[in-house]
Amino acid sequence: MKPDMLQGCPVPPYAPDTVVQMAHGGGGRKMQRLIDEVFTSSWANPALLTRHDSALLSLPATCDRIAMTTDSYVVHPLFFSGGSIASLAVNGTVNDLAMGGARPLWLSAGFILEEGTEISTLHRIAAEMQECAARAGVAIVTGDTKVVERGHGDSVFVNTTGVGVLEHASVIGPSMVEPGDAVIVSGDLGRHGIAIMAAREGLVDACDVVSDCAPVAAPVMDLLAAGLDIHCMRDLTRGGLASAMVEIAEQAGVQIQLEEAKLQVTEAVRATCELLGFDPLFVANEGRFIVILPASQANTAQHILASHHVSMGASVAGTVTSKGPGRVSLLGRFGTERIVDMLSGEQLPRIC
Amino acid sequence: MKFMDEYRDPEAVQKLSEAIHSTVTKPWTLMEICGGQTHAIVRFGLDELLPSQVTLLHGPGCPVCVTPVEKIDRAVAISRMPDVIFCSFGDMLRVPGTTGDLLQARAQGADVRVVYSPTDAVRIAQENPAREVVFFAVGFETTAPANAMAVITAYREEVPNFSMLVSHVLVPPAMEAILSSPQCRVQGFLAAGHVCAIMGTSEYHPIAERFRIPVVVTGFEPIDLLHGIYMCVKQLEEGRFEVENAYVRAVKEDGNVPAQQLVADVFEVTTRTWRGVGELPFSGLCLRAEYQQFDAEVRFDVGDTVAEEDSECRSGLVLQGLLNPPDCPAFGKRCTPEHPLGATMVSSEGACAAYYRYRRYAREAR
Repeated sequence: MKPDMLQGCPVPPYAPDTVVQMAHGGGGRKMQRLIDEVFTSSWANPALLTRHDSALLSLPATCDRIAMTTDSYVVHPLFFSGGSIASLAVNGTVNDLAMGGARPLWLSAGFILEEGTEISTLHRIAAEMQECAARAGVAIVTGDTKVVERGHGDSVFVNTTGVGVLEHASVIGPSMVEPGDAVIVSGDLGRHGIAIMAAREGLVDACDVVSDCAPVAAPVMDLLAAGLDIHCMRDLTRGGLASAMVEIAEQAGVQIQLEEAKLQVTEAVRATCELLGFDPLFVANEGRFIVILPASQANTAQHILASHHVSMGASVAGTVTSKGPGRVSLLGRFGTERIVDMLSGEQLPRIC
Repeated sequence: MKFMDEYRDPEAVQKLSEAIHSTVTKPWTLMEICGGQTHAIVRFGLDELLPSQVTLLHGPGCPVCVTPVEKIDRAVAISRMPDVIFCSFGDMLRVPGTTGDLLQARAQGADVRVVYSPTDAVRIAQENPAREVVFFAVGFETTAPANAMAVITAYREEVPNFSMLVSHVLVPPAMEAILSSPQCRVQGFLAAGHVCAIMGTSEYHPIAERFRIPVVVTGFEPIDLLHGIYMCVKQLEEGRFEVENAYVRAVKEDGNVPAQQLVADVFEVTTRTWRGVGELPFSGLCLRAEYQQFDAEVRFDVGDTVAEEDSECRSGLVLQGLLNPPDCPAFGKRCTPEHPLGATMVSSEGACAAYYRYRRYAREAR
């Protein structure tokens, strides 16, 4: 149909929408079509396809404990080197379940879409979420979309809630941490934060850093299957290694010493951090975690971690030295020691 | 990492530390000028590698710290004006004025943006011709050439909606002020390498001669700093007071002459108030008359802002090397990075922030 033939006709012919409109959140056919074409078709699984108000799920017979977590994802830009809001939304929640020692099984996905967002962007996000879910062994079993007026959001916000099952009886958490434990860091630090920063600030050409965004449940399941006495795990997201360690030290009432020489940071991350005046210890990761367990089991744990690609760079990088006020220190390369503290706010690029 | 690891080599650090130990026979008090040096010293624990006779005092070279509170208030006031895009280097955003900081202004609706170069602000002005774009030009001699370049670019490319809130300061007048104080304990200076990369070393000769004090141009990596300290204590032990360069890979005697020319073309020397220190004659830079159309303080009427510092804050003494941060009664108690009483606790280069971040518990441990 030529454009001039439409003139004077109040009803346009059917054409697929290219951008999100307010009506996509209105509960009518437009919304139904968006959900079917973008989300349900990408994630197809039995629980989702029943199209109930809620997904009905059966627990494995041997399981009497579940873990549940929720997280919201806002990131700009939506797609960056090594990941996207989709991979963050799946891996972030999967990893939080794994840190509790749970095998991740199911996710929900809630979207807040800004009017005007390209539908092709949603297709890409839905497809990437499915890829990541398959890789992590989880199914996205229920979802929701809401639309906000243009200017009231930043394209796409995603919330995922995850449920996992605990296949063991041990308690994993800061309260279990005790003097004599070793701290294993699962790989190099700071790649995700620097990749985002580079994409956001136009430093991409200068800085070839790929986000470490990845699911870490598989190595964690192997650690548990090996019967190791894991005291605590934590993924090193916002605030980086430093904030995670300080949180654990404070919650556990212990002093932890990290060794600078054992911490790995790639050259590109170090160079960008030097340039901007950032400390890689505080930069975000999305595929790194720490494991705290008795020192006698540290080598076995490191060996298991090293057999997985996502944690192949694991190293024993710290020790829980004593009970006391929760503090973390870093033993530097020159044999001097300094405090590692949480930041009071975000890291800001320096003047000179 | 090439060009960095070699200046952080533990063996070389050990050797330099030993050289300093075998050189020092008497107590000496040195001051590093630059906040970047202070942070490196505290972060790497370099002071712990020195003989107990060597005391390091931390100097005034933190541009964020010495920017007067009235300027911050003006920055916040301008940022809140309609149609203004206020651009700044990141670490100025958290510095408290009397009416809050730029981060709070942003949260309340002001368009405050972090830029990495003043020329980014000129570009933003070109892209937003209907908005007024103001750049917060703070810093020492190090940042002055780039800021001068931004003004010249705006002038040549006729960017009428660009202006600068200028709060530039100069190092030598601050050194003279410190040395002229009756309580001054400084016996040797580690001059700020980046400043000297621009300005060269000649302006330090009169200071070294007049005050009979060694001045050693020093870099920022552990090896650079220990090398600077070594050369400085060597001069002191030998009774010399000369200007020496321990940062030859970056600093030439003449400095960067085209950069100096650029600064001289755009800026002229003026009296500046230093936060916590007070007014120092000939201690800063302002725009020359030819470029006054780019002066944000001329363009925007924010009235006279008179600001009072928190009476408990002793950052003035800290900035002059008269008080070690942990000796301040408010340190770590009423004054923390979350609730700073003064800029030395806020800035990533401030001495109080460095001690808080890396050394807070040292006292209890000893």
